[in-house]
Amino acid sequence: MTSKNKWLSTPYIVWSVVFIIVPLGMILYYGLTDATGAFTLDNITAIASAGHAKALRVSLFLSLVSTLVCFLLAYPLAMILARMQTKRHNFIILIFILPMWMNFLLRTLAWQTLLEKNGVINHVLTFLHLPTLKIINTPAAIVLGMVYNFLPFMVLPLYNSLAKIDVNVINAARDLGANHFYTFIRIILPLSVPGIISGITMVFIPALTTFVISALLGGGKLLLIGDVIEQEFTRTSNWHLGSGLSMVLMIFIVINMILSAIFDKDGEGSML
Amino acid sequence: MKTVAKRIYIALIILFLYAPIGILMVLSFNESKTRAKWGGFTFKWYIALFQNEEILRALFNTLLIAFTSSLIATVIGTVACISMTGMKRRAKSILMGITNIPMLNADIVTGISLMLLYISLGIRFGMGTILLSHITFNIPYVILSVMPRMRQINISTYEAALDLGSSPIHAFFKVVFPDLLPGILSGFLMAFTMSLDDFIITHFTKGVGVDTLSTKIYTEIKKGIKPEMYALSSLIFVTVLTLLVLINLSPTDKKKAE
Amino acid sequence: MKKELIQLIDISKSFDGQMVLDELNLHIHENEFVTLLGPSGCGKTTTLRILGGFTGPDKGRVVFDGQDITQIPPNKRQLNTVFQKYALFTHMTIAENIAFGLKIRKKSKSYIDDKIRYALKLVNLDGYENRMPDSLSGGQQQRIAIARAIVNEPKVLLLDEPLGALDLKLRQEMQYELIRMKNELGITFVYVTHDQEEALTMSDTIVVMNQGYIQQIGSPESIYNEPENAFVADFIGESNIIPATMIEDKLVSILGTRFACVDTGFGNNCPVDVVIRPEDVILVEPSEGIIQGIVSHLIFKGVHYEMEVQACGFEWLVHSTTLFPVGKEVGIRVDPFNIQIMNKPESEDEEAVIIDI
Repeated sequence: MTSKNKWLSTPYIVWSVVFIIVPLGMILYYGLTDATGAFTLDNITAIASAGHAKALRVSLFLSLVSTLVCFLLAYPLAMILARMQTKRHNFIILIFILPMWMNFLLRTLAWQTLLEKNGVINHVLTFLHLPTLKIINTPAAIVLGMVYNFLPFMVLPLYNSLAKIDVNVINAARDLGANHFYTFIRIILPLSVPGIISGITMVFIPALTTFVISALLGGGKLLLIGDVIEQEFTRTSNWHLGSGLSMVLMIFIVINMILSAIFDKDGEGSML
Repeated sequence: MKTVAKRIYIALIILFLYAPIGILMVLSFNESKTRAKWGGFTFKWYIALFQNEEILRALFNTLLIAFTSSLIATVIGTVACISMTGMKRRAKSILMGITNIPMLNADIVTGISLMLLYISLGIRFGMGTILLSHITFNIPYVILSVMPRMRQINISTYEAALDLGSSPIHAFFKVVFPDLLPGILSGFLMAFTMSLDDFIITHFTKGVGVDTLSTKIYTEIKKGIKPEMYALSSLIFVTVLTLLVLINLSPTDKKKAE
Repeated sequence: MKKELIQLIDISKSFDGQMVLDELNLHIHENEFVTLLGPSGCGKTTTLRILGGFTGPDKGRVVFDGQDITQIPPNKRQLNTVFQKYALFTHMTIAENIAFGLKIRKKSKSYIDDKIRYALKLVNLDGYENRMPDSLSGGQQQRIAIARAIVNEPKVLLLDEPLGALDLKLRQEMQYELIRMKNELGITFVYVTHDQEEALTMSDTIVVMNQGYIQQIGSPESIYNEPENAFVADFIGESNIIPATMIEDKLVSILGTRFACVDTGFGNNCPVDVVIRPEDVILVEPSEGIIQGIVSHLIFKGVHYEMEVQACGFEWLVHSTTLFPVGKEVGIRVDPFNIQIMNKPESEDEEAVIIDI
C-alpha cells in the first residue's frame, strides 16, 4: 500500500510491454516492410485500391449506422434503468452480460433462423397478416447482427454514467424553471457524455472491424474491411498487406482512444 | 401509462436480446438435423453430445482456458491495482492508458498482433498461445472492476491494523482484501465470460488441431452446425442462469452473512 | 399578523405502505423563517419535497398565495430550493450555474450579468464567475447553490439541510449569513434540519416533527421553555423529564414531594410529565432544599459544571456554575415558573398537535 511496494507492479508492466506494446510494434514493422524486409508504404496505400477502399467504405457506413441505432435504442433504455432502484444495479448488468454465455457465433447464427424467408419472424408476420420481412443476406441483416451483438456495450456505459447523476441535480434544474426537454438537453445529456463516448467506442470499433457477422448474416456478398484483413492472414498469408491494412484501421481506433481520453478522464463511462 | 410504456420498452429489448437464445434452445430439441425445419421433439442430441469426443474436447479446452486465464489475469490485475496506489500520478495514468488498449483496440488487431509476436518469438501455436492471449485481454476487465474498489478503501483502516500490531501482509489480507473482494470476484467473472465468448482472438492465436467451442463452431458453420452444439450451449446457458437466479434470490441471506 | 403565503392542508404521504406524513397541516407567512425540525424519518424532507413539487402528496392540497399548486410541476412554481448536497451542475461554470434559471426566463444578457455579480457579492464570492464547481470548497459550493436559487427572486426559498456537510465553524458562519440574506432579501425561508441548535439560532418559527406528525409549532423561546410533550422536551436541549401528578392548580407532586408551579387547568390528581431544564435546577445546602440528594457525577464543561444528583430515586441532570464535589449531600430547589407541566402522551406514537401559528 506504500511506495516501497512499487515492485509489485513489475509483473503487470512486463506483461503489458511484452503482450501489448511489442505486438503493436510487430504490426507496424510488418505493415511498413515488404516480403524482403525493405521499407515500403505500399501496404498502407493499398487501402486506396478499388476493392479495399470499397470494403472500408461499406464497413464505415454499416458500423456508423449500427452505432447510431445502438445509441438510439440504448439511451432511453439506460435512462429508464438508471431511474430504477439502485439495489438492482448488479441484476441489470447481469441481464446484458448473460447472453454472452451462449456462444456469440451461435447467437448470430440463430438470427438466420429468425430472419429467413421461411423463418420464425416471417411465420409470425404471416399469421398476423402482415407483410413479410426480406432482410436476410442484405446489409440490413448485417446491421441487425451488429446491433444485436454490441448493444450491451452501449447500454452498460450509458447506464453507468446516467445512474451516477444525482437525482437532486435534475430536481435542481426543474426547480430553476427548466421543463423536461430543457433539463434533458442542458443537464442529463452533457453529464452523460463520458458514457456516450465510451459506448460509441465500444460499439463502433468492433462493428467496424468484425469479419464474422457479415459472413453469417450478409450471405457473404459484402466484403467488409475485417473480412479482407482476415483473409490476408489466414488464406493468402500476406501478413505485410494485412498489417498495413490493420494500421489503417488503427487510425480510427487511435481517434477513438483520444476521444475517450479527453471526455472520459476518470473512467466514469466505464462498462462495469 | 408512462410506466407501462417503459415496461413494454424494456420487455422488447430483452426479447430482442434473448430471442436468438430461445431459438437455439428450441433447436436443441429438434428431431430434424437442419435448422430450417421442425422435425418433432427429441432428447437425442443431448445424449449424442456426451458421445461426441470432439465437442467434449473443445468444451474442456474452453473451460480450461477460461478458468486458467481469468485466474491468472485476476492475480496479475489485482496486484497491479494495489501497486498503482503507491505510484506517481503520471506513471499511473500512463499504465492505465496501456491497460485500456486491449479493451479499446479491435479484437482483430489484437489477434493478429499477438499472432505476429508468437511467430517471431518462435512459440508453437496451441493451448499455450491461446492462454497467453486470453490473459492479455482479460487483465483490463479485472483492473477496471478492482480499481474503483481500491479508490474507496480507507487507508486508515490498514494503518489501524498495523498500529494494532499486525504485519503488513496480515493487515492487507485481514483488512484491505475483504473490501476488494467484490471487485475481484466481479472482475474474475467478467474475465471468465469474455474468455468464454471470445472467437476472434482465439481464431488468430490457436494452433492447428486445437479448438475451443468458438473455433469449432466456426469451422462447422460451412458444413452445418451439429445439433449437439445447440444442446451443449443450452446446457451451459441454463446452468449459468440457474446459478445466477439462485444467487439473486437469496439477497437477505447474503446480507446476514456479511 | 403577516399575510399567509403557503398552506399545507391535510397532507398525507406514504412510501411502500409506510406512512410518512399523516394529515399534516401547516401555514407559513410572508418573510418568515420557518424551520422544520426533527429526527431523520420524521417527514420533514418529504414536506419540503412536496412544497418544491418533486413529489406529490397522496392526499391533501398545497396552496400558494391563494392558488392551489398541488398539481403544478416544479418548474412552474415560484419557489426555489437549495439542495442538501448542493446539486450544482458540475459541467457548467459558476456563472452558468447562476444564470441557469434566468436564461430559461429569457432575461437579457446585461440583466443576467448584473444579477450574477449581485448574487456573488451577496454570498461573498465576488470574482468566482469562471470557476468550476469542483474547484470550490464545500462552504463555497453551498453559497453558490444559494446564489443560484435567489437570483430568480423566488417568494420562498426551500433549504434542505444546507449546512449538514459543513464543519462546525463554517456552519456557524453560514447561519449568520443566512439570517442576513433573509433580512436583506425579504423572502420566506423554509428550512429543514435535524440540528436543534441551528433551528433555535435562525428561526422565527420552529415546527418540531416526529413520525409524520407535527409535535409543536412556536417561536424558539416557546419551544425551548414550554415544550408541549416529552418528545419536544427531549429533542430540544437537555432536560429532566419526570413523571408526576398534578394535585391541584399550581401544585404538583414530583417524586412524592410537593412543588409549587404556575400551570393551571390540568384537573386534580392528574398524571402528567414535568420538564425541568438542567440550568433551572438550583443546588443549595441540604437544609435549604425542597428535596435532598447526593452528587454522583461531575464534569467541567467550560461555561458550567454538569452534575448528576441522585435524589428521590431519580437522576437529576444539573448545570451550575458552582461546584459541588461528588459524594456531597445537596438540596434541590426549582422556581415555580421553571417547572413545565405536560400532558402524558395518549399513545406511544404521540398524537399530532395541530395549531395555527
